[in-house]
Amino acid sequence: MSDRRIDSHPILPPLTSERIDFTFNGEALQARKGEVISSALYAAGISIFGHHHKDHGPQGIYCVNGQCSQYTVVADGRPVKSCMVPVSPGMSVQSCEDHPALSEVEASASSPDVPDIEVQVLIIGGGPAGVCAANELGRLGIECLIVDDKQELGGKLGLQTHNFFGSVADCYAGMRGMDIGTRLAEEVGALPTVDVWLDSTVVGAFCDGKFGVAGPQGYRLVSPHATLITCGAREKSLSFPGCDLPGVYGAGAFQTLVNRDQVRCAEKLFIIGGGNVGLIGAYHALQAGIDVVGLVEALPRCGGYKVHEDKIKRLGVPIWTRHTVLRVEGDEKVERVITAAIDDKFQPIAGTERAFEVDTVLVAVGLSPVDELLVKAREYGMKVMAAGDTNEIAEASAAIFSGKITGRKLARDLGFDVPIPSDWESFGEMLKHHGSEPVAYEAPVIDTPVYPLLRCVQEIPCNPCIEACPHDLISMPGSILALPDFAGLCEGCGQCVIACPGLAINLVHNDYDPTGEKALLTLPFEFEDEVIPFGAEVVTTDMEGNEVGTGTVIAVRKREDQDRRKLLMLEVPGTDKFLVAGFRIREPWQGEPVEGEAPDADPMVCRCERVRKSEIVTAIRDGVRDMNQLKAVVRSGMGGCGGKTCTELVMRLYREEGVDPSEVTQPSIRPLVAEVHLGDFVRTSDKEGD
Amino acid sequence: MAADKTYDAIVVGAGSVGNPTACFLSQAGLKVLVLERRPAAGQGDNKAAIGGVRATHSDPGKIMTCGESLKIFTNWEDEYGFSVGWKPGGYCFPVFDDQIEGVLKGILPIQKSHGLEIDWVDADRVADLCPGIIRENLRGGTYSPIDGQVSPLLAPVAFQREAQNNGAEYRFNERVTGYLRDGAKVIGVKTGQGDYHAGETILATGADAAEHGVLLGLEIPVVPDVHEAGISAPVEPFLKPLVVDLRPGPEGKTANFYFGQNHEGQIIFCYTPRELFPGTNRESLSEFLPILANRMISLIPRLKNLLIRRVWRGCYPMTPDGVPIIDRVKGVDGLMLAVGMCGQGFMMGPGVAKNVTSLIVDGTSTLPDEVHACFRFDRDFWAAKTEALK
Repeated sequence: MSDRRIDSHPILPPLTSERIDFTFNGEALQARKGEVISSALYAAGISIFGHHHKDHGPQGIYCVNGQCSQYTVVADGRPVKSCMVPVSPGMSVQSCEDHPALSEVEASASSPDVPDIEVQVLIIGGGPAGVCAANELGRLGIECLIVDDKQELGGKLGLQTHNFFGSVADCYAGMRGMDIGTRLAEEVGALPTVDVWLDSTVVGAFCDGKFGVAGPQGYRLVSPHATLITCGAREKSLSFPGCDLPGVYGAGAFQTLVNRDQVRCAEKLFIIGGGNVGLIGAYHALQAGIDVVGLVEALPRCGGYKVHEDKIKRLGVPIWTRHTVLRVEGDEKVERVITAAIDDKFQPIAGTERAFEVDTVLVAVGLSPVDELLVKAREYGMKVMAAGDTNEIAEASAAIFSGKITGRKLARDLGFDVPIPSDWESFGEMLKHHGSEPVAYEAPVIDTPVYPLLRCVQEIPCNPCIEACPHDLISMPGSILALPDFAGLCEGCGQCVIACPGLAINLVHNDYDPTGEKALLTLPFEFEDEVIPFGAEVVTTDMEGNEVGTGTVIAVRKREDQDRRKLLMLEVPGTDKFLVAGFRIREPWQGEPVEGEAPDADPMVCRCERVRKSEIVTAIRDGVRDMNQLKAVVRSGMGGCGGKTCTELVMRLYREEGVDPSEVTQPSIRPLVAEVHLGDFVRTSDKEGD
Repeated sequence: MAADKTYDAIVVGAGSVGNPTACFLSQAGLKVLVLERRPAAGQGDNKAAIGGVRATHSDPGKIMTCGESLKIFTNWEDEYGFSVGWKPGGYCFPVFDDQIEGVLKGILPIQKSHGLEIDWVDADRVADLCPGIIRENLRGGTYSPIDGQVSPLLAPVAFQREAQNNGAEYRFNERVTGYLRDGAKVIGVKTGQGDYHAGETILATGADAAEHGVLLGLEIPVVPDVHEAGISAPVEPFLKPLVVDLRPGPEGKTANFYFGQNHEGQIIFCYTPRELFPGTNRESLSEFLPILANRMISLIPRLKNLLIRRVWRGCYPMTPDGVPIIDRVKGVDGLMLAVGMCGQGFMMGPGVAKNVTSLIVDGTSTLPDEVHACFRFDRDFWAAKTEALK
């Protein structure tokens, strides 16, 4: 049995939960207590969870968020979502081959009388926006109920091992996302009027003004006076040949496996999409000891922050802008990815195909709001607001602030006289800033003994560096978007190097070698010691990852107060001292040219019902313009996810076929928003009296 | 603008009745126009059906009409090469008490007299048909093997394709706003996009029948109420018949409930509320799933492990006596009513469509006069209800 667990990690504390035994298709395996089935299987090297009833296609994880439909396994005789259900001791898990069978169960007394609970404010989703809103409401003594489908509050913050951008004073900038999550959860836990239901799924909004919640205490209806929907976002999908192979999945899914469950789910990774999610996913992978072979971005420039991009380029990850993934190949698993350059019309350029041997491909092509409940609640005339990604896709720091503002708005709506400072709205907007066009970096010539180089060339909402300097030598004129300036006599404490979320500051020690032949740099480093051992010679790079020369590690400073960021002292030739901004931990590799014709392939569009592009295009050409009818004809959107994954892909096919999107009727949204068991809707004797 | 086009027949409504009607009229050589206010065929209450098709009613008109439907559905794929999701397996009514046993046994003679293959089966046979059913007090039940299930999603596509193959024209997103008259005679319809003329106008407007009656100056006694249904993720096929439990529920909300496993392996389910929900609000209610889950699990405990995927509501366009209106209107030439299907439009639709086609093309019903009498528009809708099994 292969054990693909992360034993040591530069940021994450080791998981100490005990091991429990279970079986998969009869094979004895071990899980960590509390771990979901999908992670336990991945940790054992199992990535195929079953085969689809339509075409026997292999099924594996995709979203790891209970939203897609590829999760099903049969656990102790019942079909379950492997990514949501924890392994229990002795559990017998079977792969789901075709349709799961309903095994016999004992009759037990049950009742349809479910509790109907009235609350002042229901908050659906305990991520950054939801929790921050609850903090505002709870501080005013307003009764709130947070319902979240995970085991703990904080949402995706718990997966974010990196330091956050934004404002130190307003949204915890500089702290690691996971630590912000913990702090917010603690704050909300201390508020007596805030109740929290974890592991609980809101399955639908109903026209009688109630929400249905399935959870460990049984099914409950909630009748709120006001509702705040902070369900976050889901990852957008892509359709290309091989996109349905196990091993192609979302970057958020990857972060869950690696950073929550500490499973080393891949050896060699390729990433599609140069937004912040893809870029930071690459960084997280490298930190977990997973090799990142490359990243493609269709646009001429990555959409994510430049500091994120440069950071991974310096470590040796090639970023291919104006490139796309043509296909992923392999037999029931990912074996290689084929990329190509694209022209101005996003069409692949023949002759530019390259192949990379990888075992995993991450899709990180943007997010869509999870807003089904919002749409229905509005339709039913319920008093409802949204915050965070459900309202508008942006960084988590923006979601934190958006939760804060919306919480206060809701309080005011409920008649509480609480101020909303006049600059909050505009500040909230600033936090959503995607970054300006970068400017060229020019290192200033300074002759003091030691000083920092602030390689910050793009306006982004971020200010930890100015708060970090004990002598206030770093300033930021105007707003937190501005580029920082340094002036004065630096003492070389390294606080700014530790604080910069972009890892874009390094120190130059002019006084290291009076002859000027050598120079010493202090660089940030967030990997295990053995990645770059003391005394190692490394390949140095400039700010954007281009090779400069070599350097030698002469010291590593790792104090408790550095928030798990090491300071690496690198000796470089004096001539390189302004140029070197980092060093490689891997050798970039350009792949192999691909010869011959591409195989004919018909990509999957609807993953749940395994409907391919040709089937949908045929229906479009037959005149189908109502997506509800398309569902009836080819079954796209009829599966477990309810069209959440494929609707956008189908719309793209309509546009490709020259159909005006306004001619296309969108699919109806109906409960349930997530599949739950029929048995979850009744009260049984063991669930009563909670 | 498609103004002033002339057709042999205009079908108003592309639902469970209008769509097959367009199909059979066009097969008979008529130039047919179908007008539908929704964006596609079968997207109203048709697709809200759960898809059960049985001839085993107690009313002779329904027995014969649904018998015709069954024939059409069972042969469709062989004849036209397009699946309507037909799944044979019959209907089973398990029985746990005297009263229901009496009712069901009481109607067997009339059902058998119409040649229906239905009989009383013992408890072992019921348990065999419905694996996992609770055996306590199970007395047996009726079973009619030739009934079955059809996909309410695929059937409309099938009828529309065949209609279009025969030249029928469909216009979607087009609401009929008025009827063109020549004296009392109906000579076509008016929509926001123009006037359309035809010798025959067929009203197949389901839950909207009464509103169209107003446009026509007729009082059509069709009042919709709403029923709710749901569907699970697919499981390995294990349940052949559609199961109907006629017992009222102990929770006081359900008059009876029924469910079956469709051709995709999904369990599809519904109940008849004891107190009706009048109107056309097709949005789901919070009480449905707990009530129905409890009933299903109490009957077949293993169903508790089904993953539930979707719920929805659809309208039953009810007539006062629970029997459809399939008739011309005295004194109003050029108009045919095919409305008031009372929640059985999907199973009756093809049979009704054959009948309407025969009435228009040959001037005679497909049913004997005394049987068709129950569908007449000028009948006494408030006469005592005699139907034992609706």
